[in-house]
Amino acid sequence: MNAQQKWIALSSIVSKEIHRFTRIWVQTLLPPAITMSLYFVIFGTLIGSRIGQMGGFSYMEFVVPGLIMMSVITNSYSNVVSSFYSAKFQRSIEEILVSPTPNYIILLGYVMGGVSRGLLVGAIVTLMSLFFTDLQVQHLGITIAIVFLTSVLFSLMGFVNAVFANSFDDISIIPTFVLTPLTYLGGVFYSISLLPDLWQGVSLLNPILYMVNVFRFGILGISDIQVEYAFMGVLVFIALLTMLCLYLLETGKRLRA
Amino acid sequence: MGKALEIRNLKKVYDNRFHALKGIDLDVSEGDFFALLGPNGAGKSTTIGVICSLVRKTGGQVSVFGHNIDTDFSAAKQELGVVPQEFNFSQFESPLRIVLNQAGYYGMPKALAAERAEHYLRKLGLWEKRNDQARMLSGGMKRRLMIVRALIHQPRLLILDEPTAGVDIELRRSMWEFLREINAAGTTIILTTHYLEEAESLCRNIAIINHGEIVENTSVKALLKTLNKEHFVLDTRAALETAPKLEGYEVKLLEDHSMEVEVEKGQSLNPVFSALNEQGIEVLSMRNKANRLEELFVSMVSKQAEGKQ
Repeated sequence: MNAQQKWIALSSIVSKEIHRFTRIWVQTLLPPAITMSLYFVIFGTLIGSRIGQMGGFSYMEFVVPGLIMMSVITNSYSNVVSSFYSAKFQRSIEEILVSPTPNYIILLGYVMGGVSRGLLVGAIVTLMSLFFTDLQVQHLGITIAIVFLTSVLFSLMGFVNAVFANSFDDISIIPTFVLTPLTYLGGVFYSISLLPDLWQGVSLLNPILYMVNVFRFGILGISDIQVEYAFMGVLVFIALLTMLCLYLLETGKRLRA
Repeated sequence: MGKALEIRNLKKVYDNRFHALKGIDLDVSEGDFFALLGPNGAGKSTTIGVICSLVRKTGGQVSVFGHNIDTDFSAAKQELGVVPQEFNFSQFESPLRIVLNQAGYYGMPKALAAERAEHYLRKLGLWEKRNDQARMLSGGMKRRLMIVRALIHQPRLLILDEPTAGVDIELRRSMWEFLREINAAGTTIILTTHYLEEAESLCRNIAIINHGEIVENTSVKALLKTLNKEHFVLDTRAALETAPKLEGYEVKLLEDHSMEVEVEKGQSLNPVFSALNEQGIEVLSMRNKANRLEELFVSMVSKQAEGKQ
């Protein structure tokens, strides 16, 4: 395939993915908007007013970046895992596997699909948050970079999960038992400075903490961790997961008999 | 004439140690209409799976129009279109979108893809259903959709894995016509089927695979020549109560107005008519019994099974 053909193949996968999640917008775009609005109302307005300030900001201001990031993480992951696994389940993945589309284009297409949904949901949640608070972005470049990289990272993780999944149960195990606890304990709702030293140390092992804090730094200008380390960590994880995904595609494990 | 497909010493051992292919060799010439026959589990679908890279081979070489599927996979895949046995498209997409997406995976520009999609969807009677969800299509329509999808990039080699399974006779005949047409236009076709009448009617060359080995690979004509016996069905004017006795021939009563006569290779038919005339039986029409290939196929497969015991 020449460069133009590869571009057409890539845009076909991406447009198929975008068409998929917009076709079922009631399942993909509406629920995060409703859930996050409830978070804003309950944690931000009702409970937040009793909590007072956190890190020098109102609780609503503090919690909004974390909730935006939480929706980006969840939706990037679930888009790729559900789409790729469904394609495997229906065997429609064979349409791409028999074609001359190179493996890295297949991976890039699915990741871009996940990133598209993650960022779209992130934008929707951001718009919803504006009904509750004013967002003054302090570092626009950092904000955009970290939300994009996080979305890429979790799309890749979703891809790995989809390749190994043997049933629809398998695609909900990681989000339910790993992703959600790590996100809730990743500094979305609190600053780790409130925790005892031991739990602060434990929290630093949670990769989501770094992403949430960098995003919060981009918007509010405050962070519990060093921004440079967080970026490095995310990039290293992206590199490792990309290699793993390409290895899985190249060897055909769980995809080809 | 060049080779559309060249398979050398192809082996496949599945993870459960089942030897699906035991080193098969197979050549299909460019422009051929080729049948790959075999009982269930013989290795037909595994062979096709390896050719289109859905099955990882254990050993051997496969080339499509001279392009090795390991070293030159992009060129090999561009030449290849596959219609699998089972429906493998997204049930929630529309036929038009399924076909256009497939064109995209082959790097085809949108305008060309749209033009070809309309051509083939119209040709196979799916244009009116182009925007429906694929799951709403009938079984026959789904099969035709898979043919359109496989043809959208105009492959030079089209592989059809039991394309008419579960399709009614009328539709099967119209699909045969369509396949003959595209073969005449230059597309090499490899067909696996359980309908041996289909292979006999459509294909020029044939390979029979059993237990992961090619047991026969020749032209349909040559294969049929090896048939020692032929069966003719004779329709009579008057009803028959029993099968008439014809010396030197085996006769079976099929229905009250028809009988089947077994004629050995080299045996004349004249004595049959003389004897029937003497017995006052008037013959209205005669035809060769269909499924001659079926008889050969069954005999070959059972011979191989006996040889293994």
